[in-house]
Amino acid sequence: MKKKVISWILWISILCSLLLGIVLFSLCTGSAGISLKKILGVILEGRGTIEYSILFDIRLPRIILGFAVGGALSLAGVILQGMFRNPLVEPYTLGISGGAAIGVCLSIVLRLNRPLGILSMPISGFLGAALIILLIYTLSIRKGILKIQGLLLTGVMISFISSSLIMLIMSISRAEDLHGIIFWIMGSLEEPNWFLIKLASFIAIFGLAVSYLFCFSLNAFSLGEEEALHLGINVERTKRLLFILTSLLTGFSVSVAGIIGFIGLVVPHFIRMFVGNDHRILLISSFLCGAAFLIFCDTLARTVISPMELPVGVLTGILGGIFFVYALTKRQVALGRK
Amino acid sequence: MLEIKNLTCGYDAKFFLKDINLKIENRELVGIIGPNGSGKTTLLKGMTRVLKPKKGGIFLEGKNIAQMGFKELAKRIAVVSQSFETGFMSVEEFVLLGRIPHFERFQFLETKKDLEITRKCMMLTDTLRFKDRPISEISGGERQLALIARALAQEPKLLLLDEPTTHLDITHQVGILDLISRLNKELELTVIMVLHDLNLASEYCHRLVLINEGKMHKIGVPSQVLNYQTIEEIYKTVVLVEKNPVSSKPYILVVSEEERQKRKNG
Repeated sequence: MKKKVISWILWISILCSLLLGIVLFSLCTGSAGISLKKILGVILEGRGTIEYSILFDIRLPRIILGFAVGGALSLAGVILQGMFRNPLVEPYTLGISGGAAIGVCLSIVLRLNRPLGILSMPISGFLGAALIILLIYTLSIRKGILKIQGLLLTGVMISFISSSLIMLIMSISRAEDLHGIIFWIMGSLEEPNWFLIKLASFIAIFGLAVSYLFCFSLNAFSLGEEEALHLGINVERTKRLLFILTSLLTGFSVSVAGIIGFIGLVVPHFIRMFVGNDHRILLISSFLCGAAFLIFCDTLARTVISPMELPVGVLTGILGGIFFVYALTKRQVALGRK
Repeated sequence: MLEIKNLTCGYDAKFFLKDINLKIENRELVGIIGPNGSGKTTLLKGMTRVLKPKKGGIFLEGKNIAQMGFKELAKRIAVVSQSFETGFMSVEEFVLLGRIPHFERFQFLETKKDLEITRKCMMLTDTLRFKDRPISEISGGERQLALIARALAQEPKLLLLDEPTTHLDITHQVGILDLISRLNKELELTVIMVLHDLNLASEYCHRLVLINEGKMHKIGVPSQVLNYQTIEEIYKTVVLVEKNPVSSKPYILVVSEEERQKRKNG
């Protein structure tokens, strides 16, 4: 037991230092290279210099947003995987991101930002995500489509439908909205509004804290829902609350940063190999690793073809897609054995 | 201990179990028997709240279980089901899951007491020797032991088992049932188990409940329930019922069709 706690603390400190290292790396790199030594000087010198505004107005907001979105998406991935007892489900493969995307597109086209202000995108994103989750929830409960292939196929179909609907919305929208939608769909951590960045961080950390109330329930879920019930878990209520939590995490992340796929798949999968399947360690380490991974991808995205910028969603999509296929072929072996 | 009153329950609209009345005393070891599809497992699921009763209720020490909290119930009733999903964890971690109902709301680590109880349960079930092996890689008999250890870690008063001996060889069948009857005596556990094998049921259970087509057919000590008329009527099979020479419990012998034909002709 003590050994376990020590190894957990060790993993958390490793991941924290990894995250810190990547944050520093990301602060230093960019079209205007600012070395580590210089950063300290810039901070001490305070407001007013160009370097200061590059660090704190351009790079830092992206890093914080990367932390929040990467962490939130990974966390949502772990929770969904725990609930469905399958390592291949995550917000993107289940079509939840697509649902959130429709919500956001509609809010751009319908100009909901006039009555609702800057909260229009987060709110509509959340509603879109919640709608899809509700659909998946009813399908998986009422019709008993708990079999993973069915679930994943449903997710893929929902993604198709939502991308078609987004195209439909785009085709009938005004030119000035079009740019916003396209830019947003590709996924980017560029977000000028500090309030949204703070809100996103708050929601991510809040989600992490709340998920810990369910860490034992998630552990019990790994034995199946009936066994979880035998272990005193209120299965229906837990599932409902976790569904709400994941749609909040996903909807908000997508509405602020656009579609950034596969983080919730790649990160937990990777983390499981090291820390095992106990959700007490899995939740926090996936969060930290997801945050670090997204900040890293974003740094790559903005430096690889500098001075131009790749959308970070494209990068995670390519990396994650390849990984998904790899994991699926591996999984086939495991399924075949059953 | 446990009282089932006028229980009617089942899946969806079909009410499979009809008007079950059953009273189980403290420290009893009761077997539920009956043909395939007669509702044995359904009854067990009713007792564990997996299925909601349509009518009637189940009372544990006078309290209706439908009104008990999930955790509260899990501290009193533990279930060894025929589950095939185990996740990926070591046997010890698997048994530790049995402590979940005892955790406080903001408790994230097992206490010393949890570890001691888990250790004791693994000692009782002889699972300590393979505690570090992955649960997905141990044999069927060992799995059943690990499942029982996990149920014991819940520190229940009532233990429910769903066909604990299926798919096991005779060594493990006897081993598991000896263990259960030891737990019944030493830990003063009340045990209800669904059994397929009539001979094992007769040998180990204090009382037997025979269920047929969702109704209680007969209840009593093995010698009352297991006679050839009842078995032939319910199971539609010709059998002989003898006495076990050692335990003098009823013992059921089957006769193959070939032998039956021979008898008829000869």
